[in-house]
Amino acid sequence: MAELTINDIIKEENLVYKKTKVMTDNVMHYCPGCGHGTTHRLVAEVIEELGIQDKTIGVTPVGCSVLMYNYLDIDMQEAAHGRAPAIATAIKRVMPDKFVFTYQGDGDLAAIGTAETIHSCNRGENITIIFVNNGIYGMTGGQMAPTTLSGMKAVTCPRGRDVNTMGYPLHITELIAQLPNVRFVTRQSVHTPANVRKAKAAIRRAFENQKDGKGGLSFVEIVSNCNSNWKMTAVDANKWMEENTFKEYPLGDIKIDWEIQEGKISLRNRKLDY
Amino acid sequence: MAKIRGAVKVDTEKCKGCSVCLGACPMGVLDLAKEVNGKGYNYCYMKDPEKCIGCASCAIVCPDGVISVYKVKVD
Repeated sequence: MAELTINDIIKEENLVYKKTKVMTDNVMHYCPGCGHGTTHRLVAEVIEELGIQDKTIGVTPVGCSVLMYNYLDIDMQEAAHGRAPAIATAIKRVMPDKFVFTYQGDGDLAAIGTAETIHSCNRGENITIIFVNNGIYGMTGGQMAPTTLSGMKAVTCPRGRDVNTMGYPLHITELIAQLPNVRFVTRQSVHTPANVRKAKAAIRRAFENQKDGKGGLSFVEIVSNCNSNWKMTAVDANKWMEENTFKEYPLGDIKIDWEIQEGKISLRNRKLDY
Repeated sequence: MAKIRGAVKVDTEKCKGCSVCLGACPMGVLDLAKEVNGKGYNYCYMKDPEKCIGCASCAIVCPDGVISVYKVKVD
């Protein structure tokens, strides 16, 4: 057979994968290798697969992903810092047939918006929360977040996080999983193809939970990197994340359909765990 | 036996050269170019097009969604 050139393969009929049409063609402002881009794309792909582009309303946070409305071709609402779950509650209650999701970082969800997060989860609003946890305040220049690992260096803790004065890394996902009205809680990551596929399945499930009428809140944590503020290359940051962050925040489903998965939540003891 | 040949098309102007796709590729097809794009990033390209199997691993981890994947079956 004659030699097959690349131009013979790159034809519309041979297409296997391309960026979904739910995403716009704008160039994302994220740093090279940031997990936000992948997570945006997964949300967009799920919206396309479920065919809910005209029925989805997203609520964007304050933080790196504040400009998410530039990248997704759906209706979006900007919220005040940390207040995205409160806005999403209002939207969902006024328009119960719409698919409502919030997309928040760890500074927005676990620090400034803790009250809104905990109470919307406690009320069991039928919304989806996508929580991107990179353990640092990315947009403002790498300050310590509640989720920063113990001993990890940040601008505001240059000698590393001291758990005696600054507290332990906040496991907000496990906290939320213990609330009875929360339906689905999972922790995923997007740094390898296998993890991306799992994360997509989780996000899809979180959106599907909004349409079967059983209610309950779905919460998807994406453990991500912040290579600029961790002062690493993207590949090194992903490796560092595998070696350190995953020990503190193990991946997996924590709660499925109101059932806490076995062994996923244990009481943390200062003397035993650290 | 039927052989699978794949190819990727990279939107070089939007690629930020983060090299996450390089590690995701099971066949070691991709590499960063010596040339830079308009933003000054070394964009990703197919160093070894013969080896590509069109698995789309690079495309699904690409944070900027700049990779399209094509696949064809060769007898």
